[in-house]
Amino acid sequence: MLATQEQQSGNMRAIRRIGWLDTMIRARETGLILIIVTLFCVMSLISPYFLTVENIRAMAMAFAVEGIVVVGMTILLISGGIDLSVGSVTALAMVAGGWLFLNGVDPWAAAAMAIALTTAIGMAMGFLTTVVGLHHFIVSLAVMVIARGVCLLATGGRPLGLYSLPPEFKFIGQGTIQNIPLVIIIFVVVVVTFDLLLRRTAAFRKVFYTGSNPKAAAYSGIRVGRVIFATTTLCSTLCGVAGVIYMARFGSAQPSFGIGMELNVIAAAVIGGASLSGGSGTILGAILGAVLLSMVSSSLALLNVSVYWQDIIRGSILLGAVLFDHYLVKRRR
Amino acid sequence: MGEVILDIEDVHKSFGPVHALRGARLQLRQGEIHALVGENGAGKSTLMHIIDGILQPDSGEIKLDGRKVRIASPNEAHKLGIGFVHQEIALCPEISVAENMYMSETNSSPAWFMRYADINRRAGAVLRELGDIDPTVKAGSLSISQQQIVEIAKALTLDCRILILDEPTAALTETEAKILFRIMHRLADKGIAIIYISHRMAEIFEHCDRITVMRDGCHVRTADVAGITQEEVINSMVGRVLSNLYPAKQAEEERSGRVILSVRGLSESRRIFDVGFDLHEGEILGLAGLIGAGRSEIVRGICRLEGRASGEIALNGRVLQLHDYRDSIREGIVYLSEDRKSDGLFLDMSIAANVSALDIDLISNGMGLIERRREQARARELGQRLQLRANSVDDPVSSLSGGNQQKVALAKMLSVNPKVIFLDEPTRGVDVGAKAEIHRQLRALVREGVGIVVISSELPELIGISDRILVVREGRIAGEVRGDDMTEEKIMHLASIDIGPAAAHG
Repeated sequence: MLATQEQQSGNMRAIRRIGWLDTMIRARETGLILIIVTLFCVMSLISPYFLTVENIRAMAMAFAVEGIVVVGMTILLISGGIDLSVGSVTALAMVAGGWLFLNGVDPWAAAAMAIALTTAIGMAMGFLTTVVGLHHFIVSLAVMVIARGVCLLATGGRPLGLYSLPPEFKFIGQGTIQNIPLVIIIFVVVVVTFDLLLRRTAAFRKVFYTGSNPKAAAYSGIRVGRVIFATTTLCSTLCGVAGVIYMARFGSAQPSFGIGMELNVIAAAVIGGASLSGGSGTILGAILGAVLLSMVSSSLALLNVSVYWQDIIRGSILLGAVLFDHYLVKRRR
Repeated sequence: MGEVILDIEDVHKSFGPVHALRGARLQLRQGEIHALVGENGAGKSTLMHIIDGILQPDSGEIKLDGRKVRIASPNEAHKLGIGFVHQEIALCPEISVAENMYMSETNSSPAWFMRYADINRRAGAVLRELGDIDPTVKAGSLSISQQQIVEIAKALTLDCRILILDEPTAALTETEAKILFRIMHRLADKGIAIIYISHRMAEIFEHCDRITVMRDGCHVRTADVAGITQEEVINSMVGRVLSNLYPAKQAEEERSGRVILSVRGLSESRRIFDVGFDLHEGEILGLAGLIGAGRSEIVRGICRLEGRASGEIALNGRVLQLHDYRDSIREGIVYLSEDRKSDGLFLDMSIAANVSALDIDLISNGMGLIERRREQARARELGQRLQLRANSVDDPVSSLSGGNQQKVALAKMLSVNPKVIFLDEPTRGVDVGAKAEIHRQLRALVREGVGIVVISSELPELIGISDRILVVREGRIAGEVRGDDMTEEKIMHLASIDIGPAAAHG
């Protein structure tokens, strides 16, 4: 665009190699980790309850299951889609699993069927967006309302008590291994797996191409429709997994669980660097976004700040992250 | 030629550490068509934005009719009679032509309701002078050239005395460009001064009165077009002597004449009719034709990028079964799209990721994992080969200039070691230096045995680089020219005039 841009970019024969250190300093994750560590230190000094095993475990449990949904949402956002139905679909998995169990189905089979149901919902949304060509926003908005309605209809609006769940099943949500909650282990495995897949595999690279410029992706021989179909389905499947874990953890199925979850999840992904226009984002960043939001909530609770203030502060963090992107990251280009 | 109406003296403009303008000068006389040329990044756009009030100069003088003026905003520029037709067409496709033309007036008017009858009548009056366009149709239903004319009409509704046209012919075919020039001459005769920015030398030398050359934000020279040669202009633009505009063609006897790609009976309902041709080893085959004649459709049909064309395609004597573009890429037949920003590149992704987009498996191991080092090394290697100017292959493509972006698009094609490359308008919006580099690369590829087919609306370029040109008209091959027969007149004749089938085989 400007005269000197080309001159500044230096010698054409020596395209510079960038070291890992340079990459790390540039990465958004580094900044988020710094903020989280700072907040952690400050809170440990202010509140004697903050730096206790119980509090840390409670904080981790608070975002671990939702974190699985964050993974699905981030991948979907990168591919250029969005899903507003995650909260309802998670609740639907809980309700469906619980209802089947109460009607005599083996709990493991019930859980598998619940996950299969959410997968089918994801495939239906994928069909409507890629084959029929409707917008993600509208399709998932409709599904969000419908799934919630089904939950309430099936339960009469009351939570289903699942007191007779066998202990092996409850172990998924409540058990610990070496004093570490199994929920957190599952969460870490999911996060690490998908982070690596997304960074390293050729298959997931296509997700970035598709989100960055669907037309150019099609002109590179990538089957764009299939990619979006897959990411939409994956997001719903992970909601199903989260729903089943919640069911084991709470020992009940709550039809109004997860209201507003979609906003939390999208906020975490965006704070972590995902863009609503697709093509960018990382799992690690999104999880750090979720950690930050969760830590802020629990810190404010410890400081006895009113819940109403908490929403204002969380919203401001989201806005701050987006403004940061707008002014610092985009301006560099 | 009339009096001086706009006089810009010694204008400087910096963006942070970047000096975009360092003593720019421009003098515009009433009723002249004044060409403004320079490589991408020479500061033409910055200077035009200053005239249009979008940017403010750091220092320097702008005189209008001998009086010093300060143009604080585009609105003020309109009031001073300055109209700007931007390179990108920015009409709202869903509203009528007339509404588009009077958008700014409607915007500033205190009236609550649109006066449709009034604007339709006034738009009709302006459009009648320019071409036959109905002011009540939706802007999106018009062809690109008609939209361009609407953009000009929009500028004219402001009663402008100075009209800036930023590469108006970039998206137009020769015939459409001719119509545009007729309009420009008519406007100039009425006393409007036109600043005409273009990369196309032939047009400038045919239609402009004077020419100003810029380089690195500075004024280099202003001259009467009659008193300067194309070589002189190009040399002052690039600041060095480009010995040959186009790389030397290969002598006929050096070529083996072996057929690389052979297409027979390619047809698609209502768009492509029985197209057949052979692509030989060692030649660059040009595809000429008017926009909408079906050049891109033929090429995309061969690659299976769109539509379902029937017909036989044979590569090195073997008939191919192609179902979609992936099959085509696998066979080594690739297509460089005409619009790199909208469908050629992933602008916010890294150069390396762009280069490997066509076949990620090439830089992955057996487990489906991407090997970053291999990916970067591949991008660096191709970048060096194409003389890509970039800091690092990890930088986003959006940080590059147009010419360098096009080199990335080309590197993406080369990364799969193609056997045949179709290039659709490969040098559109690319500056002279990068253009010459791309031409050189194409010639080098041909020598390596890669088959190359080029589509270009810029006939001098097509003639300069092709060994043979097929002319497409209405979805058919209308004829072929080679050697000394490759003249603009012959090609235009074939492209636009219906001739008997006997001549088409000549």
